[in-house]
Order: sequence, then structure tokens, then C-alpha cells
Amino acid sequence: MNAYDYYSILQGAIFTVSLSIVSLVIGVPLGLGFALIRWAKVPFFKDLVQAYVNVIRSCPTVTLVLLIYYALPEFGVSLNPLPAAVLALTLSTTAFNCEIWRSALVEFPKDQLDAAHALGLNRLMRMRLIVFPQIWRSSLPGIFNEITLQIKSTPAVAVIGIVEITRAALRVGSNTYEPLPPFIFALLIYSSIVFVFLKLQKYFEIQMKEKGYI
Amino acid sequence: MHDFLIIWAHIDLVFTGLINTLILIVLAGVMSILLGLILTPLLVGSNKALATMVQCYVDAMRCVPFLLFVYLIYFGLPTLGLRLSSWTAGALALVLYNTAYMAELLRGAWLELPPSILESGRSFGFTGWGLLRHIMVTPMLIRALPMIGNQLIQILKDSAFLTVIAVKELTHELNGIQSTYFIPFAAFLTALILYWIICILMEMVMGSFEQFAVLRRP
Repeated sequence: MNAYDYYSILQGAIFTVSLSIVSLVIGVPLGLGFALIRWAKVPFFKDLVQAYVNVIRSCPTVTLVLLIYYALPEFGVSLNPLPAAVLALTLSTTAFNCEIWRSALVEFPKDQLDAAHALGLNRLMRMRLIVFPQIWRSSLPGIFNEITLQIKSTPAVAVIGIVEITRAALRVGSNTYEPLPPFIFALLIYSSIVFVFLKLQKYFEIQMKEKGYI
Repeated sequence: MHDFLIIWAHIDLVFTGLINTLILIVLAGVMSILLGLILTPLLVGSNKALATMVQCYVDAMRCVPFLLFVYLIYFGLPTLGLRLSSWTAGALALVLYNTAYMAELLRGAWLELPPSILESGRSFGFTGWGLLRHIMVTPMLIRALPMIGNQLIQILKDSAFLTVIAVKELTHELNGIQSTYFIPFAAFLTALILYWIICILMEMVMGSFEQFAVLRRP
């Protein structure tokens, strides 16, 4: 393995990280929206969200990526590998985030809502001032967990030809006929990415404890 | 509709894939739970060196994406002189990877159990394997049941990754049909529905265990 090989795997790391971040930036708020739809029991849409979450949560990411990349052109929507990958990853992470937010909403104490009602806060203010500041704190561990899971499921997009860490390592391995060193290098990169997020989570938790939120 | 008829004509391939996926899940599920049960007492045990080693293994597995681990086993092990068929490598990867997760969640269950169970087991003279087998296993499994159910679904989803090393599982077979007849939508939709059905069946099985567990929870 020469310097260029290391460099190419590191370039794959940029794809891995940016794909996960883009899908999470869309997926986390969207998941909250879907969770609110189920929580507020909006007729028809709540069943739609539930069906979506159930199907996506049981579908392997690889199969979802293949479905989106190869099947959408049949309906006249032809996506490049990159948008297809972002779409697949976003669809899957949204479903998981929806469940994380929903469990926080379900456990939200009802008396606080009643109190907010009694004080005459409208729906939006109740959400913004009472509910949201509390549920994001209780959802944070679950969301960080989902972030690391998401980073670990990005290799699924390699099947449609996106060169992220795993595929870059596989390429280097098949060029040099020595598969072990690039894989071990890839392993180190993944570990350090996951490590950074775990540290970040710990930092947030300590911050919140110091401020007395939890 | 025509597309689905093509898939129906290749029902034997779909069936092979389905059976292979099911065998892989059951094998990986049972083996990883058993191995996890063996590793858990080492994780919480008093032997510090052994506990650190097992913890290193568990943490390493939890940092690696499954796909990379599959490549590591399938392409990396031959460098060390161990050559496996794709099916064996895939099954091995599934078992080793998920054992770490099972050990971790069983450890959580062990720590949550009231210490009186362990202490009363000890005072009745149980030690070592006897203590694990007769006293700890059942309450641990009952406690960890919901998480084990989640992990089994994770195994199902991980098994789809094995298509990259040409294990003849569900995604692989349907991808094969798809690329021969250019019917991606029908093929992958079939795969998705079959995965969903497997999930529902798994949840039913876990549900019946859950009923058993509910009666025995303190």
C-alpha cells in the first residue's frame, strides 16, 4: 500500500461522513414531523406513517438501495447513484428517527400539556416552549445511537457504485493483491469516526448534567 | 403484472434464496445467543484480563460496519492461510459480529438483575457453569427478550449484505433475476415483501416468548 492508496481510502471517508450527515440532517427533523403526525393522531396520515415505518424498518438497507436505484427508472425517475444513495439512506434513517421521537413523545407527561392548555398557550407555543425543549433532551441518546448505526450502514450504497470507505478499501485490495492492510486501515477510520461521535455524545450529556437538565 | 409472472416462473430461485436466508438467520441467531451467554459472565466476571479482552472484541465489532467485516473475513482470512467458501464465510461473519452485540445486551440484562438472584444461587452452592445454567440464564433471557428481538431483526438485515460475497440469499437471488430480465421493481418489491413477512413471523415468535416472559417477570 502506497501513499496514494491511503489517500483514496481517506477520500472514501469523506463520502461516508457527508452521506451520513446529509441523510441525518434531513432525516432527524423529518422523523420528528412524522412522529408528531402519529402522536397527534392525524386521520389517514398516521396510518400512512405507521405503514412506512414498519416496512422500512424491516427492509435491509442494501435491498432498499437496489430498489431505489434500479426500480425508480421504471417510473421515469432516473437518479444518479449519489442522489439515489442519499434518498435511500434518508428514507431508512427517517423511519428510525420517527420511532425515537415517538417514544419520547409517548412518554411525555400529560399533565404538563394540560397545564399549558390551562395557561392558554396555543398548539404551536405548546410545542415550541413546553414539549420540544424536553423531548430533544430525552431523545438525544437514541439519536446519537442512530447516528453511529447510520455511519455503519453507509457501506450499503457501495452496491450501486459509490466509492465510500469500504469500497475504496476493496479496490485497493484488489489492485495490490493484499486485501488485509486496506481493510485494517478502513477499520481504523470507521472506529475513529464512531469514536468522535461517542465523545460528542458524552460531552453533550456532561453539559446537560452540569446545567441540571437531566 | 407480467413482471411478477416472470418471478413466479423462477419461484425455485426465490425459494432457494428464502431458505438460505432463513437458515442463516436461525443459525446466526441461535449461535450468537449461545456464544453471547458464554461471553457475558466473562464480561462481568472478576477476571480483569479476560474481561478486558472480551470487552475489546465487543467494542471492535460495534465500531465496524458489517459489510467491512464480511470483506475482512472473506478476503482477509485467506491471507492468513484460511480459505472459506462464501457461505461459510458469510455465516461465520454473521455469528461473530452478532455475538458481540448479544454479549453486550445480555451484559446489560445481567447488571439489571437484582443481586439477590446471584447471591442466593451462590449460597445454595452453585458455582461456575452450574450457576450460569441453572440460575442466571432464564432471568437474563427474560429480561433481554425485547432487545434480543431487535437484534434478530438486525441479523435479518445484515444477512442481505452477504450478497456482496455471492451467498445465495434472498437479495442475491432476486438481484440475479432482476439483472437477467430487467425487472428491478418487481424483483426488489418481492424481496422487500418477503423480508417483511419474515419480520412479522419473527415478531410473532418473539411475541409468544414474551407471553411466557410476562408470567415470570417479577
